[in-house]
Amino acid sequence: MVAHLVRLKATLLRNGLRRSAWQVVGLVVAALYASGAVVVAVVGLGALSTQDLDMRRTVVVLAGTVLVMGWWFLPLVAFGVDATVEPVRFSTFAVPRRDLVIGLALAGLIGVPGAATTIVALASALPWWRQPLAALAALVGAVLGVALCVVGSRAITTALDPLLTRRGFREAAALVVVVPLVLTGPIIQALAAQISGRASVLTAISRQMAWTPVGAPWALGSDVAAGQWVAALAHLGIGLAALALLVALWAGRLVSAMTPRRSATGPTHAGVGLFARFPATQVGAIAARSLTYRRRDPRYVAAVVPVLVFPVVFAVSVGKVGLLIAVPLVAAMLGFSIAADVSYDGTAFWMHVIAPVRGRDDRWGRVLATAAVGLPLVLVTGLVAVGIADRWELAAPVLGFALGSLASALGVSSVASASVVVPVVPAGSSPFASRQGGSMAAVGTQLVGMGVLAVLGLPGAVLTIVAATTGSWTLGGVAALVSLAIGGTALVLGVRKGGELLDRRAPELLQSLRSMA
Amino acid sequence: MPDAAPPPPPAPAPPLSTATTTATTTATTTAAPPPPAPVTAPALAIRGLWKAFGRKVAVAGIDLDVPAGSSFGLVGPNGAGKTTTLSMASALLRPDAGGVWVHGRNLWADPLAVKVQLGVLPDGVRLFDRLTGAQLITYAGLLQGLDRETVASRTADLLRALDLEADASTLVVDYSAGMTKKIGLACAMVHAPRVLLLDEPFESVDPVSAANIRQILASYVATGGTVVISSHVMDLVQRMCDHVAIIAAGHVLAAGTVEEVRGGASLEDRFVELVGGRGTGEGLAWLRTSSD
Repeated sequence: MVAHLVRLKATLLRNGLRRSAWQVVGLVVAALYASGAVVVAVVGLGALSTQDLDMRRTVVVLAGTVLVMGWWFLPLVAFGVDATVEPVRFSTFAVPRRDLVIGLALAGLIGVPGAATTIVALASALPWWRQPLAALAALVGAVLGVALCVVGSRAITTALDPLLTRRGFREAAALVVVVPLVLTGPIIQALAAQISGRASVLTAISRQMAWTPVGAPWALGSDVAAGQWVAALAHLGIGLAALALLVALWAGRLVSAMTPRRSATGPTHAGVGLFARFPATQVGAIAARSLTYRRRDPRYVAAVVPVLVFPVVFAVSVGKVGLLIAVPLVAAMLGFSIAADVSYDGTAFWMHVIAPVRGRDDRWGRVLATAAVGLPLVLVTGLVAVGIADRWELAAPVLGFALGSLASALGVSSVASASVVVPVVPAGSSPFASRQGGSMAAVGTQLVGMGVLAVLGLPGAVLTIVAATTGSWTLGGVAALVSLAIGGTALVLGVRKGGELLDRRAPELLQSLRSMA
Repeated sequence: MPDAAPPPPPAPAPPLSTATTTATTTATTTAAPPPPAPVTAPALAIRGLWKAFGRKVAVAGIDLDVPAGSSFGLVGPNGAGKTTTLSMASALLRPDAGGVWVHGRNLWADPLAVKVQLGVLPDGVRLFDRLTGAQLITYAGLLQGLDRETVASRTADLLRALDLEADASTLVVDYSAGMTKKIGLACAMVHAPRVLLLDEPFESVDPVSAANIRQILASYVATGGTVVISSHVMDLVQRMCDHVAIIAAGHVLAAGTVEEVRGGASLEDRFVELVGGRGTGEGLAWLRTSSD
């Protein structure tokens, strides 16, 4: 049975590649990137064997900790868990739970991240190759570590999943925001410590990490090498206990996950909600629908998370001026959030295709919905940033540049989402799910769009920087006007161009969406 | 039978020709001169419709006339091209060749003006299912350009008629398959179109709701509306349609009034006879429970 599940995953991966060229591209790029990283890691670990014991221990434990934490927490914010082999699909088969857990865990290793992790983890025995016993202990630790990666990642996402699919997922989304924020502190601290040349801080951190479940397995090799047998047993115990706990948590969740999900019915929405508040036109209806989706569709909520994290990261790493840099970037990202809007609609886009809606009106409706969220958000974060940085003479250029970036990004998105559709997670599936290769196509569109956006933003950025260095109010005003003029023009032209594309190609877009569904 | 890649049929003449005959037509599988059309343009006229996906020809030159005020059944085995034909007739899929005229106006030449006359329920696509039932109908109505009051009153009427009042505030994603069909039907009807194009409208709908829908459609036809439904349930088509076309492998095998097409036999027998491929029912000897 276990073998069946593993083979199923491999077959799904292969068939997925056969279906779309984008997925092949995605896999090749991911594989190239990963093999590069793996080679660097393996060579580095080999070179490490010439260093002293403390150094070896510090690097292996810290790297292992980051690896496990990455598996556990990255799916919550960025990449998502590959949902090709979902437990709910097996609900009609009588698969013993034990087999299902082992099978799904092993299936999780099939694919680029799993393979890379396994190789690097096994290579963590390299620094100890001169002491066979220590190397053996390190190998045991590596297997344990990989198991923790896979099982932990599954357990955490399955455990949080029902929270997010329930109507009250906003509270849970807040949790998703908090996790990286909590992580930012220690990481930046560690980086700062390294910059100031205090390796001892890292050593101290690694000693503490070795006593946590995420770091314990990676300490086995150094424990044995140093002859600290008690510590080795204790670290092994911590790792095994954590694994057992995670398996129990995951297996328990699997049972409820296997009953097909019917999202809980929340408070009844009397009337027609936002549709009553927007003008009863096609543009108004589309805006009301988009905005309603922003609240109810976890995929849109997930898209806002990085926006909230950004300013904090900049403030911590660059300082107060970093806040001022972050605001236009946040604005651009908000505008970009509709770059794959038609892809997010999926085949439901047919309702727009059969209706006598002009492409331009479709575009304006979506832009309006994003602006309704983005405009106040940009204004507030902009004013707060200027206030914290205490650079009120920069209020006009920074806000002007931010609003201009928002408008430009909306214009670029309007063209992007009308010209290509990319495979995305269908509405209603787990917000943690991702589609193989899909993100690559999205990244491609994103890169082209970002390039255009960078060119559009250049004049405003230069003028704003000049205004900031000279402190001239007049120049600040000019910068704001230039940014707004460029942004406004880009928006109008983008909506017009995107609208024309839709008028011409809406059935073809729908056809591509159908072939991806 | 469709070959790999025959040339598309010649561009068809618009169906507003002057020939006067009865409203029924017998379509042929060739793309020869368009069949005679009535003086008053048919509700839906399809000429030389052609669509290929890669090397697979899904629709190979279909001609059809759906008279105004008729209920027209489109029947055929799985993969016959029913959905592809309906998609091209409802502006969802661009034909490789051929044309579609709705009440004499060319759909693909002037989509914005013609779309208003069509009510469409496609099969196998999602809805904006994060909206409530009431919101979804409202959205469909507003997209068709109706004003707020009209949309509100019609939404209430449709929810009542389709027995969805109790679930008006439930998200469509939480609806059962049958309820989802019904809400899709409501969206197709909200702007009172002149022609309804419904792909498998009765699939997974319970018998009571199906009877309800049949009644709604019957009164719609009685007041001059035109309904085209696709189905592979022959009984249903025989019961509720006055016209029928049998489609297989991208061709029309027979079309006309139900009486003409079935010619004394039952529609199902006629269908099997035309489409062929009926197995003998033998060959699964092990399936007999007595064989152990």
